[in-house]
Amino acid sequence: MSKLVYLIPLFPLLGFLINGLGRKSLSKSMVGIIGSGAILASFVVSLLVFFDVKANGATVVTLFNFIQADRLTIPFAFQADQLSALFLLIITGVGFLIHLYSTAYMHEEEGPHFARYFAYLNLFVFSMLLLVLGANYVIMFIGWEGVGLCSYLLIGYWFKNDQYNYAAKKAFVMNRIGDLGFLLALFWLISKLGTVNYSDVFAQVNQLSSFDITAITVLLFVGAMGKSAQIPLYTWLPDAMAGPTPVSALIHAATMVTAGIYMIARSNILYTMAPATQTLVAIVGLVTAVFAATIALKQNDIKKVLAYSTVSQLGYMFLGLGVGAYTGAVFHVMTHAFFKALLFLGAGSVIHAMHHEQDIRNMGGLKKYLPVTHITFLLGCLAIAGIPPFSGFFSKDEILMAAYAKNPLYYFIGLAGALMTAFYMFRLYSITFLGNFRGTHEQEHHLHESPSAMTIPLIILAVLSVIGGFVGIPEVFASNAHSLEHFLAPVFAASTQLKEAHHMEASEEYLFMAGSTTAIILIIVLAVRSYKKYQRTTAENTGIAKVLENKWYIDELYDALVVNPLNAFAGFLKNVVEKSGIDGVVNGVGRLVGYGSRQLRLLQSGQVGSYILVMVMVMVVFVLIWFNDATIMRFFSKIF
Amino acid sequence: MDTIQILFYALTVVALFSAIMVLVSKNPVHSVLWLIGVFFAISGHYILLNAQFLAIVNLIVYAGAIMVLFLFVIMLMNLNNQSEPQKHIWIKLAGAIAGGCFLMVLVSLVRQAVDLEHKSVLVGTGDIGLIRNLGKALFSDFVVPFEISSVLFLSAMVGAVVIGKKD
Amino acid sequence: MPIQYYIYLCLALFSIGIIGVLTRRNAIIVFMCIELMLNAVNLLLVAFSKMHHGAAIAVNPASQTGVEGQLFVFFIMVVAAAEVSVGLAIIVMLFRNTHSVDINFLNRLKN
Repeated sequence: MSKLVYLIPLFPLLGFLINGLGRKSLSKSMVGIIGSGAILASFVVSLLVFFDVKANGATVVTLFNFIQADRLTIPFAFQADQLSALFLLIITGVGFLIHLYSTAYMHEEEGPHFARYFAYLNLFVFSMLLLVLGANYVIMFIGWEGVGLCSYLLIGYWFKNDQYNYAAKKAFVMNRIGDLGFLLALFWLISKLGTVNYSDVFAQVNQLSSFDITAITVLLFVGAMGKSAQIPLYTWLPDAMAGPTPVSALIHAATMVTAGIYMIARSNILYTMAPATQTLVAIVGLVTAVFAATIALKQNDIKKVLAYSTVSQLGYMFLGLGVGAYTGAVFHVMTHAFFKALLFLGAGSVIHAMHHEQDIRNMGGLKKYLPVTHITFLLGCLAIAGIPPFSGFFSKDEILMAAYAKNPLYYFIGLAGALMTAFYMFRLYSITFLGNFRGTHEQEHHLHESPSAMTIPLIILAVLSVIGGFVGIPEVFASNAHSLEHFLAPVFAASTQLKEAHHMEASEEYLFMAGSTTAIILIIVLAVRSYKKYQRTTAENTGIAKVLENKWYIDELYDALVVNPLNAFAGFLKNVVEKSGIDGVVNGVGRLVGYGSRQLRLLQSGQVGSYILVMVMVMVVFVLIWFNDATIMRFFSKIF
Repeated sequence: MDTIQILFYALTVVALFSAIMVLVSKNPVHSVLWLIGVFFAISGHYILLNAQFLAIVNLIVYAGAIMVLFLFVIMLMNLNNQSEPQKHIWIKLAGAIAGGCFLMVLVSLVRQAVDLEHKSVLVGTGDIGLIRNLGKALFSDFVVPFEISSVLFLSAMVGAVVIGKKD
Repeated sequence: MPIQYYIYLCLALFSIGIIGVLTRRNAIIVFMCIELMLNAVNLLLVAFSKMHHGAAIAVNPASQTGVEGQLFVFFIMVVAAAEVSVGLAIIVMLFRNTHSVDINFLNRLKN
């Protein structure tokens, strides 16, 4: 069955080609069916592959030799193992739901643009599948670039808006900075090991010096920073909310941003052998988690809050990776995919109902207008806040426990972030769904629950968000209950061997769970109480709140430190170097050629005599060259 | 030095001297006359090589017909020393040097040619140059080119008439 | 008689012809120099023909080797006669149009 693994990316590729090429002629419903159908087909194959992997273990399918240069061989190969199978299910499963949702959400778009949207979406899924299926870093890099491209295309989907185009460019450039790190790591690997295949690299990892491993892992982590929006390369993700909301759900919550997590989880043995990098990963993740959470506290755009929440949650995943809880990180990727997709789609439903109003200050009291959205959104909030037994609790708890085992400080900072998460999520929930409606009358008049193509994915995702955590019940509750860990064990086996086991006392663990849950519930109550009766005020925020509302002025800082100097430098190049330097050289060459040919033209006198003269001289020279040996020269010297 | 060698050298001197005089003469009529001298010397060489047919043909066709034609044309145009166009001295020098280099290079090539060592020319005897033998070959093996050459003459004749006709 | 002697003679005649072509401007003289070069080649052909004939009859006295060379000279003469007739016709026409036989007038190749 695993032999059919190449079908999984093939379907979205076909969908992309059909929708992309036939966008002028296909009807909207056809486009929707093709786009969603392709992903559904991939999902079915992924399921088959998943069960095959579960039963028979990992397989590598080589399609053809991609690059062959000297001793370096890079096959175009797919690897179906436990990790990629899990990601396949997340990508195609959540992806399908989002495609389904999009058919309704994007229905106002004109036919060709509608098809363009689905073509991009399919191309994105294709790239993402390539990323997780590749059996070596190069294939992963192809997918890596592909998702970056699709992200750019989809953020700039409404390309008539300059602001959106700017956001798209920002995302692309930020990603490129990270990609440079990835590429360097790739070259480093090739130069040291001469291979990029996962199996070969991981088998030969002992041949690398510790410096090499540290450098490679740090460079890979730079790539992950860009793709997974970690400090300092996170600013593109909130701006990426310019794209359609389902895109935010798919790309900027559920799949693409988890590419960095996937890559590090895939290379777990390298990271386990580079403790310095692990510490770096943990610290960057932790700081990002808390930092983004503080920004989310004061945002008023429904999607911005979710975007910063995503950055924050990704920070948790990196924290998990950094403290060696690879399973926990992957687990959190999974649960996060469920509840963040749910939250984004719920937000999309709200935005849809509010006619593209995104400011939560203009909402309120939507509970009675959008019942399904309200319930599912609430479930999503509970899941992300980490209330047992919702899925977020298990995954976040696993990461925090591992962090505590590594360093208690990590735990408490992480817990602070988790409390902030609970606060801002329920602030968002309260302002949006509770209280009185604060929008215009016209908006109120048109409020309606979204069509079933949008609510059904919401319900499915809500169910998954609720029960998704049960695949990873902590060991303290029941031994061998953590089925995900057992499933993923072969992937992380090498790292597990190297890591000394930290087992907390059961009582201690219970205490932490109870404590954190209590604190979170208190925070939720606080948030709901204070924002339930939210009223608009015209007063500006002051002090720290203003700083938070302006996102710590990070964008302004980057503008001042990087963007503006670069612009100035580019202006210098354009106005000075280009104008006087390069243009001068180019025009000079042109003038030189013109002058030379004017002089050469004089040779073309048209007189037969001169032509014959040249001919005779050339014949002499040719004979001399042809029979260039000493005899002729001796003869000459004898004559003269 | 036997007779044949003496004859060879004498004819060679005459040929080369006449050829140089063709170039040097200012008057085109003189040039033509010197060229006739060259052809006579070459015919002498043919006789020396016992190629009697070619010697006769050379005299009749070249020295007789063709050179008379030249002479005729020159006299028709009334060319003489005064009307003779002259090239610039530098161009003359360059031409002479180029030709001289050409000669020297080729001579040096011949000197080092191993294939030509100890090869000699049958002088004074040998009967392939006789009309009988040439005629046999001409009218058996080479009869087609011979007939084609008559077409060539015809076309040349027509061409000359067409070109020379006053339009 | 060594073959080299004939080759040197012919090369000298040929080179004189070349020098004539390069140094003279009178079209008729140039034409004559071309004839001179043709004759040099003719003489060389006959010399080679006799060289091969001499080598062949040393083995077989009845051999006719070398006839082709002399017939070739014959054909060259035929072609040269035709060429001269056409060439002189061209020069006459040229003279009639330009009242000169200077080949420097013939620089139409330039354009």
